[in-house]
This record gives sequence, structure tokens and C-alpha cells, in this order.
Amino acid sequence: MTRAELAELAEKEQVQRDAKKLRLLVCCGTPCLAAGSEAVVAALRQKLAESGSPAELEVVGTGCLGPCSRGPLVTVQRKGTPDMVYERMDPQQAVALLDAYLAAASLPQQNLLPEDLPFFRRQQRVVLQTCGLIDPEDIQQYIGHGGYEALAQVLHEMTPEEVCDGVTASGLRGRGGGGYSTGLKWQLVQKGTGSRKFVVANGDEGDPGAYMDRSLMESDPHRVLEGMAIAGYAVGAEQGYIYVRGEYPLAAQRLKTAIRDAERMGVLGSRVLDSNFSFRVDIRIGAGAFVCGEETALLASIMGRRGQPRIRPPYPAQSGLWGCPTLINNVETFGNIAAIFTMGPAAFASIGSGKSRGTKVFALCGEVCNTGLIEVPMGMPLREIIYDIGGGLPGGAAFKAAQTGGPSGGCIPASKLDTPVDYEHLQELGSIMGSGGLIVMGEKSCMVDVARFFMEFCLDESCGKCVPCRTGTIEIYRLLTRLCNGSAAARDLENLEKLCHLVKDTSLCGLGSAAPNPVLSTLHWFRDEYEAHLTDRRCPAGVCGMDVKPLHLMAEELLQRVVASRVNGEAF
Amino acid sequence: MSAITLTLNEELVTARQGQTILEVAREHSIHIPTLCYLEGLEEMGGCRLCMVEVQGSARPVPACITKAQEGMVVATDSETITEYRRMIVELLLAERNHTCAVCVQNGSCELQTLAARLGVDHVRFDYLHQQLSMDASRERFALDHNRCVLCLRCVRTCDAVEGAHTWDVRGRGVTSRIVADLDRPWGESVSCTDCGKCVQLCPTGALFRKGATVGEMVKEREFLMRLLERRRAIQGRQS
Amino acid sequence: MSEHHEHTVLADDPRLKLVDRAMKRLQYQPDALIEVLHTAQESFGFLSRELLAHVAACLKLPESQVFGVATFYHFFTLRPKGEHSCIVCTGTACYVKGSGEIVHRLEKELQVRAGQTTADGKLSLGTARCLGNCSLAPMLTIDDQVFGPETPIGAETKVRQLLEGSDDKS
Repeated sequence: MTRAELAELAEKEQVQRDAKKLRLLVCCGTPCLAAGSEAVVAALRQKLAESGSPAELEVVGTGCLGPCSRGPLVTVQRKGTPDMVYERMDPQQAVALLDAYLAAASLPQQNLLPEDLPFFRRQQRVVLQTCGLIDPEDIQQYIGHGGYEALAQVLHEMTPEEVCDGVTASGLRGRGGGGYSTGLKWQLVQKGTGSRKFVVANGDEGDPGAYMDRSLMESDPHRVLEGMAIAGYAVGAEQGYIYVRGEYPLAAQRLKTAIRDAERMGVLGSRVLDSNFSFRVDIRIGAGAFVCGEETALLASIMGRRGQPRIRPPYPAQSGLWGCPTLINNVETFGNIAAIFTMGPAAFASIGSGKSRGTKVFALCGEVCNTGLIEVPMGMPLREIIYDIGGGLPGGAAFKAAQTGGPSGGCIPASKLDTPVDYEHLQELGSIMGSGGLIVMGEKSCMVDVARFFMEFCLDESCGKCVPCRTGTIEIYRLLTRLCNGSAAARDLENLEKLCHLVKDTSLCGLGSAAPNPVLSTLHWFRDEYEAHLTDRRCPAGVCGMDVKPLHLMAEELLQRVVASRVNGEAF
Repeated sequence: MSAITLTLNEELVTARQGQTILEVAREHSIHIPTLCYLEGLEEMGGCRLCMVEVQGSARPVPACITKAQEGMVVATDSETITEYRRMIVELLLAERNHTCAVCVQNGSCELQTLAARLGVDHVRFDYLHQQLSMDASRERFALDHNRCVLCLRCVRTCDAVEGAHTWDVRGRGVTSRIVADLDRPWGESVSCTDCGKCVQLCPTGALFRKGATVGEMVKEREFLMRLLERRRAIQGRQS
Repeated sequence: MSEHHEHTVLADDPRLKLVDRAMKRLQYQPDALIEVLHTAQESFGFLSRELLAHVAACLKLPESQVFGVATFYHFFTLRPKGEHSCIVCTGTACYVKGSGEIVHRLEKELQVRAGQTTADGKLSLGTARCLGNCSLAPMLTIDDQVFGPETPIGAETKVRQLLEGSDDKS
């Protein structure tokens, strides 16, 4: 396909779309599927068939729209009117919508989300701009929304150096957690020498409580592929790998379809869009190891080995897959690339705040009314995310902490609710941006217990290569367990802090060195809770059992039992 | 090879480009404790005992793998570093069963020597009390998982020096174990050549020769470098 | 089962063809080990020692290395799984919303520990570190079907219905 043909196809798609008088977009993301959206699509399609499949009507099963707790979601697009979104639809209600339209009656108001819902109004969708609007398994719909136009532009108008410079100018930073400048990384790989070069998309999203990458891969796989292809052109790679977490079979299947369609269309494969650039993408399925999110471990895993990190330098940009320069970016980072070139690097850089440019996708969940997937400009205060978009805590409950960054991040207390959410500010608070999990906790959550939860995760996911992470995490876990069951002694808290610093400072990779963050941040902001567990043997949130006596109280306890048995005349 | 200058424990020293901090330190008779590192084997950087402080680096770096650089300012010891090393040895002692009094390697064990040198007189962490098995099915050698510190010298030497790759690691994290072939008893391993290199290089009593008295358990490690030098010579002759 | 017996069974097993075909497609590259293991587990449900030995021989990899990879990743299992599977998500969002109680209830009522299979081989109960359906927290999957938000009693009822359903069929 040539660039002109691509533009032609896009226009044809658009004309066809505009010709429809009514389009019903049914969200088919995993949460909506679980809520029954498949039946909704089937009922609507049947109704269409019964009414003779009028050409002016269309039903599309789309990717994720965002407010996942309200599914199944149906978006109604009518010519000349703003989109209407219906929540919690069942097949009957959906068919009733169609019926009302066919009878030329006004559409029912039941289950209709208010037009100005802050959940949508406060978001700015760049990465997710076509999520929920297109059928992820139909490449033509992506093209109809301007898809692959950025790739065409880059291939025909720009040199690889210019592409790298464009990404640098956009201010984009890695969305996987580290926050390293994406443009600089591209330049490093571009300048690297090697017989071959590779581009790797990291879709091994292992943080518990985060599903941005899954949604993106499931809802808009072509956006990721387009970003990878642009990267391939920029750094001089002809082969890409996309590493998909094993727990995400739907994402893998949709990517597979997308790659096949893209190669058929000539937007991937050899001589992309009639240029001299060739680029192939292969999928690698993860097999259940959180540590594979670490880039050197991920490379080991792609090469069929145990997913254990190695010491950097050399960085993958110098020596990655099979010793060749390798560019590794997170899936969401690649999701930003096409937008940088369609809107222009300067326009992209105008979004966000400080050194954090662009938007960030968050998986908002936990004790919050509107759970789901959101995309906001960097620097939005936490309070606005949780209270305006998230609608606050259910039943107006008090906010206690927000956890960001998963097992590598920390907890942000209520006193810091006005912190702008960007790389620097989160780091100042002892947390990290991470991949974008944002879990809201109310008074019912115990911070010591939460820290223990994350430490259990880390010890289970530790690869075992270095001593501090392998053994340190389990010792930290045991200390936290003692705090939670009431058997901790004073020196346990002291040892806990020492161990945390050891693991943080001496672990080999990012997983290990970030593992103590949940403990250190809760120790910092919620030290009173730790002390309540230790000195009063009391869990303020009422979560921990506290049913084990500390050793130093054993003698007293025994004595009491002896005395009691004497008094009652029973043996103890 | 070009020479570089760096500061090592407040003294200016020269080194060759490409040398690691550990190599430079050893040349200048500065002791940095190591456990998984062994000259001749590919560095792993797993034990974290050789961590040293480098000015300008937020975290300590492993001396065994970090290359010395022009102008680098390195401190091989500090209060923090010594405390970290002590804690790491304590963690190792707590992880498995390291009861020296009943160990075949008592008196010539690298872990024991490290503990003594660092002044580890007690372990402040919970003993994990893992009940691990012992494999004495091989005719001449035996493996006691209770003494293993997962330094992987055996795995590395079996793969890179002997070429048999009998050993590898199963599982992950604290459940990692050394395995022979498909986790078969060592005695049933078909790939093992009985060369005994792994036994000689094992720093603790995890791999040992059967039937030897404690006095005879001193392990000889010089063979590794001799062997590698011979190989290089032969390769040079062939090419 | 003797090793010899298992070996003959494996050589005659039609499912082995799927694994062999995958290795051929991947040109017997040692780097393709994880993909081959994925296919092997899909075909057989678990990875037996004999299967691993076969893969090691075909890819010219040391047996211990294949074993090391197969045991490093939680996705691969060396023991046969139950007829049905129930996986409770214990990711952060689900944990905060009480997935621990669901696991406890299922463990207690169905007499099986998480990560193991019931004595009759009917059900494998597992936990997962986040299945990425946080908006449905606490959620679980039963034979790959997603349910959530779920209660301990609701989960037990669903699993029991499933087990009774399979009894009726047999």
C-alpha cells in the first residue's frame, strides 16, 4: 500500500462512517465482557438482522471505554448530536434503544450517563483516543481514525535522526515506571552499532492493581504496532518483539490478528507503505514472572532463559537481544508515539507540567466510586483524580491513602492529596509513578497489612539471584507478620528499617531495590500505625488479628496460667 | 592498553582500562570480601558482598563487575558498607542450616571465614529452618542443600569450563535449588562427568568429597586458572 | 508408573506431534524454549519429566537448563491439573476488597489448598497476582470465565455448581 492509498482508505472509511445515522458502540473490554456485553452485541445484531439490516445503522464491538465498574457500556452516536453513553445495559435495554430509534421515538433516558460527567470531562485522551471508538480487530476502522498516518508521514518526510529529535522534543518519558527520556533512549540505540537492532515492547504488566497496558493492547493494538514501527524506523531495527504477559490471552490474540492484518495491508512487513523500510513484529508470551518487567530479565526471557536480571551497564541500548542494540519501551510509551507526530512534538509537549509532559493512563481502583481506566494530563492533583474523576470513596468514606507504583511504589497520605501527579512529585513522597496503578484505600485498610501484602508479593516474585532480595524480602515479611499478629518486639521495628535500607541499597535489580518502598513509605507517613501495632498490640484499622503473644510476655502469661490453675484447681 | 588513574581509599592508583574495581583493589592489596566471585568464572554479581562506595553514585556498586574509570573515587569500606556486609552474611546464615560444628567444611569454609572476618557473632534475623535434603547418590561426591549459598560457582564452572552443564537452578526466590539434569538424584545424572570441579570450587560444605575427613576437606582452587591458561595456549596454537 | 512405561506412552501420544510441529516451525532454535514449553503445556496440560527430556534433546539444550526454565515461571506446572480450575485474583485491588476471605472460604469448604488440586482431581484452586480486572474486584475466574465482584459464599456456590454439573455428565 502506498501513502496515497492509505489516505484514500482513511477517507473512504470516514465517509462510510458519516453515512451512518446511528452507530451503537458496545464496549467489549474484559470487564464489560464479564458483565455480559457479548450478549448485548448479539441481541443488537439479531435485532438489526430482523429489521433487514438497514445500511444507516451499525453495531460495533469496541475496546475499553474506561468506566469499567459501570459495564456493559453502550455508546450511541447519532449524526448531529453529542455521543450518549449508557451504563449497565442488558440485551433487552439495548434492543429497546434500537426499537426507540426505529420507531422514531426519543431514546430512553434510563441508564444514561450525564453528558457532563466529570469522569469523562476531566480526562484528556491521547493514548486512549480511539479506545472504545473502534473495533480493535478491524484495521480499517483504525485507519479511518487517522491510523498509520503518522507512520506514513515519518517514513516519507523525516530522517531517522529527525524522528528521534521529535520524540526528544515532545518530552516523552518512559511510561513503565523509570521515567527515562524516551527520545534519549532512541538516540542511544540509533547511534549504537551492531549487525542487527531490535525493538521490544514491554507488555509484561505485572503490578497488581494495574491494567493500562492490557486495555491498550486489547482495545487498540494497532496504535502500539504503529509506535513500534516508527521506533524501528528511527533506530534502524527491522525486527520487533512484543512481550505480552501470559495472563492476558485476549491481548495476545488481538495483537496477533492486528499484526496479520497490518502485514496484509502493507503497513508492516517488508517495504512498509512502499518505502525501503521493513519491519516485522513477533509476539512473545510471558510465563508468569513479575521480574520479567525488568528490562534485562525481559530480554533473557525473550531468548528462552530464566527471567533473571543482569547487572547494567551494559544497557540494552548497547547490548541487548543476542548482544545487539535493543530499544525497550513500555507498551504505553509506544502508544504515545503516533500522537506525537500527528499533533506535533510541540503540541504534545504543551500537555502536562514541569518535566513530565503528555498524559498518563491510570487504572483507578480500590475504594473509589468510579473505578476504571482514565487518562489525565501529567500534573493533575491527586485530589482531582480521586474526587472529581473517581467520584470519591463509596458512601462518602474518609480517604486514608493512595497507593501508586504497585510493589515498587508507596502510599500517599491524605495530607498530600493536593500533590500534582508527575514523576518528580511522586518520587519526593517516596512513591513512584510506576506503570500507573492507582489504588485508593479508606479507613478500613491497615497500612502495616498493606506493606505486608506487597512484601509477600515481592518475596514470591524475587528471582533469587542476589542475596538481599532473595533472603531480605522474606525476613522483612516475617517482621511485618510479627507486627500484624501482635508478637513483635521493640527491636523488630529497628531491624525492619535496617533491612529495608539494605535491600534498597544493595539489590541487583529494580525489583529488589524498590521492594522496600511500600514499607518505607508507610513507615514514613503512618509510623503511628506501626507503633500502635508494636506497643499497644492494636490494629487501628481493625484488620490484623493480633492474636499471638510476643516472646517477652510469655513468662508472664505462663505465670498467669499457673496461678489461674491453682485458683481453679485445674491443670493448665 | 591505556592506563587510567583513580582514587582508591583516598590514594591515587593507576589501573589498566577495562579492569574491574575488584581487580585494581587486589593488585593494591586492598581486601574486598567476595563470595560468588571467582577469578576465571563469569561474574554474576549475586552475593553483593563486594559492594563499594563510588562518589557520585546514589547506591553502592559491586566491585567484581564495575569497571574502574578515570577519576573514579572509590571507598571500599565505610561504616554503612561494613554493616551491609555483616547483614548479608547474617542473611545467608539465617537462610539455610549452617551449623559449623557438624559441617564437613568446618575450618576451611569461605562463608565461615567471611563471618569471622566481619565479626558476625550472632544473627539478628529469623532462622528460616528450611528442612532440605541431601543427595549422596553419586559415588564419589555428595550435595547438601542445607549448606548451599546459591553462589552458582558450580553451575558456572560446569557450563563454561567443563562444558557438561549438569547443574542449573530450579524454582526461584528463596525456593531456588541446585539441580542436576531434570532434578534427578546426582547419582543418576548422565551428563555429569565426575570431574569434581564444582566440588573443588564450592565455597561451603554444600558440595563435598565423600569419605574424606574434615582435615582433608581443604579445597584446591588454583586448578581453574591453570586450566584456563592451558586452554588459551592450545587455542592460540590452533588458530 | 515406571519410567519405561511413561516413555512408550509419550512416544505414541498424538499430542506429542503438536509439540514436535511447534519445534519444527521454530527451527529447533534453543532460544524458542519458552514458546515450545507453552505449546507443550497447552497440549498435555502439564510438563512431565519425559516431555521435558524430549524437548531438551530436540532443542539440544542441557536438561537442567530446561528444568530451570520450566520451574522458574509460574505458568508452567510439572503436575497434572484438575478437571476444572478456579483462580482467585489476589492483586492489590482485590486484596483491599477482601479476596483473602474468598480464598479462605474456598480452601475450607472444598478441602483444597490454594495452588493445589482436590484429591479427586476435579478442581485446581489457584490464586493470581492480578488478572487485570481490578474494576471487578474482588474477582475470580472459573474455567477462564470471569466473575466479579464476588462474595465468599457466591464463589463457593458457583464452584459447587460447576463440580455438580461435571458429576452429572460423568
